[in-house]
Amino acid sequence: MFDLKGYGPALAEGAVITIELAFLSLALALALGLVGASAKLSGSRVAAGIATAYTTLIRGVPDLVMMLLFYYGGQVAVNMLSDYLWETRGIDFFFQFDPFISGVVTIGLIFGAYMTETFRGAFLAVDVGQIEAAKAYGFSRWHTFRRVMIPQMLRHALPGIGNNWQVLLKTTALVSIIGLTDMVRVAEEAAKAERMPFHFFVPVAAVYLALTAGSELFIKWLDRRANVGVVQGN
Amino acid sequence: MAEPAPLICRDIHKTFDKLEVLKGISLETRKGDVVSLIGSSGSGKSTFLRCINLLETPTSGDIIVHGDPIRFTENRKGERVPADNRQVELIRARLSMVFQGFNLWSHMTVLENIIEAPVHVLKIPKKEAIERAEAYLNKVGIYERKDYYPAQMSGGQQQRAAIARALAMEPEVMLFDEPTSALDPELVGEVLKVMQSLAEEGRTMIVVTHEMAFARDVSSQVLFLHQGVIEEQGTPDKVFDNPDSERMKQFLAPKF
Repeated sequence: MFDLKGYGPALAEGAVITIELAFLSLALALALGLVGASAKLSGSRVAAGIATAYTTLIRGVPDLVMMLLFYYGGQVAVNMLSDYLWETRGIDFFFQFDPFISGVVTIGLIFGAYMTETFRGAFLAVDVGQIEAAKAYGFSRWHTFRRVMIPQMLRHALPGIGNNWQVLLKTTALVSIIGLTDMVRVAEEAAKAERMPFHFFVPVAAVYLALTAGSELFIKWLDRRANVGVVQGN
Repeated sequence: MAEPAPLICRDIHKTFDKLEVLKGISLETRKGDVVSLIGSSGSGKSTFLRCINLLETPTSGDIIVHGDPIRFTENRKGERVPADNRQVELIRARLSMVFQGFNLWSHMTVLENIIEAPVHVLKIPKKEAIERAEAYLNKVGIYERKDYYPAQMSGGQQQRAAIARALAMEPEVMLFDEPTSALDPELVGEVLKVMQSLAEEGRTMIVVTHEMAFARDVSSQVLFLHQGVIEEQGTPDKVFDNPDSERMKQFLAPKF
């Protein structure tokens, strides 16, 4: 079919990196979203304040700025921590803040904020009677949270999670800016070298489209499963 | 020593903001009692029931479940709160509730609904809990629906499943909060029939209800509440046929 001028394997590797980046960021974002939403609804002023500061900050700063800040700032922070530990405790601690880790952390943090809002709304949508029944049967708070709130909340959150995931997937393209050799970066280099932008960017666009279309189907399937026995629109 | 009373409530008061909803309600049950709480909307009967298992915390008054008084303390704002959440959980597990809106957990099948609390709260082995659940499902007549989700059943079936869930706790006292009020009229009978059979088995029940025929025929004690106080109390014969209170007479008078 298509002659990728020998860039095929590199592009494929880049695609794998894109997918890894997306899934790890999603895992971080889901965890942060759960913690953030729980904090906002915990009734503790301090916890709610921290969570609100987090979502306000993240939602108000452009993704690209965050990415650059974490990549360059992140390494400086690691260096400072490393110097401090070595000088005061004699502990030898250092790691390279590479573009992949920066990408996961940044995208995870950004989408953690969106997930926080998604989960918060979903928790609030859980019918009070469901929680009351749990209380009335002697469930502890943790048991209620784990066995009733989370599964019921997820049902309401699924469409929102799906949306966030699609945007997250596309946001991974930004990581090429800080030098991660993801699919976009490889395509960019190939396009420059070969002077064939369409030839390389169209396949990249197609891969993104395939990924988002595939996830859309998967999320629809999940949604159907999660809503077994629930009358739609109820 | 005599068996302690399943449930004693002494001088229960409940105030929401400045509104006093309960102004001193007391109730003493014996084993096998069926107590009907009747009264118009806003009389405080549901609030009283919800105070018994601490879905609402009474502003003052004592609740004693099988000789075990619920301990209270004050929080930083000076509000009365249960002293020991674990005690509250244990007591709730002995007072299972049937709600007006069923409140079956909608993400679980009927069987999962019924075994959830026995397995995770009472720590009964799962196999035994399932056997128990199946026996009670048979009893309420919906065994064949055990793998259905709540939304796949009629209101009457859901409420019978909720009753099976309550029974599976083998509780000291069963609390019913207007169990037939959300049902279509033709489904009320099947739920009342199940409740009547429970009463005949000698289960201790407290029932908030608008079903006067049930209150009259099935209860051993009737409490008529009006504006947060007990206006009339006694056997069904006394309360329905020979009430002292004017309000009770008005309440019973034909409305049209």
